[in-house]
Amino acid sequence: MYSVEELGKISSQVRRDIVRMVSAAKSGHPGGSMSSADFLTALYFRVMKHDPRTWTRDGAGQDVFVLSAGHVTPVYYSLLAHAGYFPVSELATFRKFGTRLQGHPSVDKGLPGITQASGSLGQGLSAAAGIALGKKLDGAPEKVYVMCGDGESEEGQIWEAALFAAHYHLDNLIALTDWNGQQIDGPVDEVAGQGDLRCKWEAFGWHVIVADGHDFNAILDAYAQALSVQGKPVMILFKTEMGHGVDFMSGTHKWHGKAPSAEQCEEALKQLEETLGDY
Amino acid sequence: MTKYTDTGKKDTRSGFGAGLLEAGQADSRVVALTADLKGSLKMDAFAAAFPERFIQCGIAEANMVGVAAGLAITGKIPFIGSFAEFVTGRVYDQIRQEVAYGRTNVKIASSHAGITLGEDGATHQTMEDVALMRALPGMTVLCPCDYNQTKAATLAAAKWDGPVYLRFGRPSVPNFTPEDQVFEIGKAYVMNEGKDVTVFAMGHMVWEALQATEALEAEGISVEVVNVASVKPLDEETILASACKSGKVVVAEEHNSAGGLGELIAGLLARRAPMPVEFVNGGDVFGQTGTPAELMAAYGLNAESIACAVKRAIKR
Repeated sequence: MYSVEELGKISSQVRRDIVRMVSAAKSGHPGGSMSSADFLTALYFRVMKHDPRTWTRDGAGQDVFVLSAGHVTPVYYSLLAHAGYFPVSELATFRKFGTRLQGHPSVDKGLPGITQASGSLGQGLSAAAGIALGKKLDGAPEKVYVMCGDGESEEGQIWEAALFAAHYHLDNLIALTDWNGQQIDGPVDEVAGQGDLRCKWEAFGWHVIVADGHDFNAILDAYAQALSVQGKPVMILFKTEMGHGVDFMSGTHKWHGKAPSAEQCEEALKQLEETLGDY
Repeated sequence: MTKYTDTGKKDTRSGFGAGLLEAGQADSRVVALTADLKGSLKMDAFAAAFPERFIQCGIAEANMVGVAAGLAITGKIPFIGSFAEFVTGRVYDQIRQEVAYGRTNVKIASSHAGITLGEDGATHQTMEDVALMRALPGMTVLCPCDYNQTKAATLAAAKWDGPVYLRFGRPSVPNFTPEDQVFEIGKAYVMNEGKDVTVFAMGHMVWEALQATEALEAEGISVEVVNVASVKPLDEETILASACKSGKVVVAEEHNSAGGLGELIAGLLARRAPMPVEFVNGGDVFGQTGTPAELMAAYGLNAESIACAVKRAIKR
């Protein structure tokens, strides 16, 4: 089992990968990738029951993860590679013609670990609810995790899915919101103020947990609490910072979907320890 | 000509309901979802027989598509049912990403399609749905012609590996194809052999085409009628052979012209065998309130319109 310290080392490498991948591709979404890196690292390396060697798209016998906020592929691909789904060297093909590492997750290129295509926002929570319901119908005990963005939660379908999952008591569904407060056009509160997300999810019948998404002890506590909930779906609202880990990229929407230049990449990498070896 | 007998008017949506029940009995992976239209989609018998496998989604079609995709990922065979407009236009992006691009084995049961939905009016009468679904890579598009064929097409859809758009309607119409037929996806059915003009039709227009053929025969005009129940994949060879027999073609559909069966067949003929083509379709319109018969007449979608189109084709 990975310790909190080891998880921190993995997420440092993941952030290096994110910056290098997006910089090399000259496009992509580093901000949300870096804000979600810690709680997704904990999910893949400590919490989720999964095995890349026996993974199949139908999720049989394993926990399932769906990335609803499909644009944060840099963090997703880096985690999948380091978890053993495909060679880490393949990260160098991100967003290149012919790659399995498409700009947004696809299932038609055969990249292991991808359960559903995403990118058009607001849809992954519904798919995850369907997978959770399918597991219930089969009497399968595994959990289904799904990550949404806070900006993404402006989509009406998110709230359709929220009603559905509560109505069907999908307590095998654990949703994660990367609550970084930023979206492409600016701070979420300025673009389309959402008010109190905790109250909203509670009002929709979910068990809600709010946690610091950059503190591994808090992250692990949140997952442990989520796994103990019965009768309701769970939403963990992870309070995070967009671009976390690099000073000039953090806390602003400006790095939502912008690639660092070669010089900026070099500057960023000085702030991120290489722990597992660069691809 | 080949004689067809109406064994008693039935709605095609009831053919879907009967097929869904039988598919559910044959395969425990079949599940059914609706967005508050269980009765309209004739899912009651399935829901009563398999309450665990019937999933009421409420009035939230976008979520229903996603849930169905998730269920399909786990190996289920989901049928999602609503009115045609609400399982196509309303959720086009969800079907595109979750079902077509996402390659999930979801069956879209599309009822009340076309102008014959009737009195509810234009908001509910989609005449664009086939165009939308045809445009999606990997989507199979079926438009059976009567109760018996809709039941058979439902069973075929359940067995088909991949997404299917199954289009049917609300009103009671003649039921004239064989009761226990096997529906073949990708096959066009030659209903009547003739030599002067070939009429390709889908859905409710197949019966209308047969009625037109009977009337024209009395005037000495011989019409071949082909039921194009499988719009995609299209049975190009049967269609080409039939068209080339007469060298003149009419395409009849309860759908607007853009992206419909007419453009599809005209495109095929332009590539492989250019010849005169006349069209019987809604054109470029929204419908209005009325009875199905009034609307079919008003928008030129009946046997009389087909007979006129056949005569236009002959003159060319």
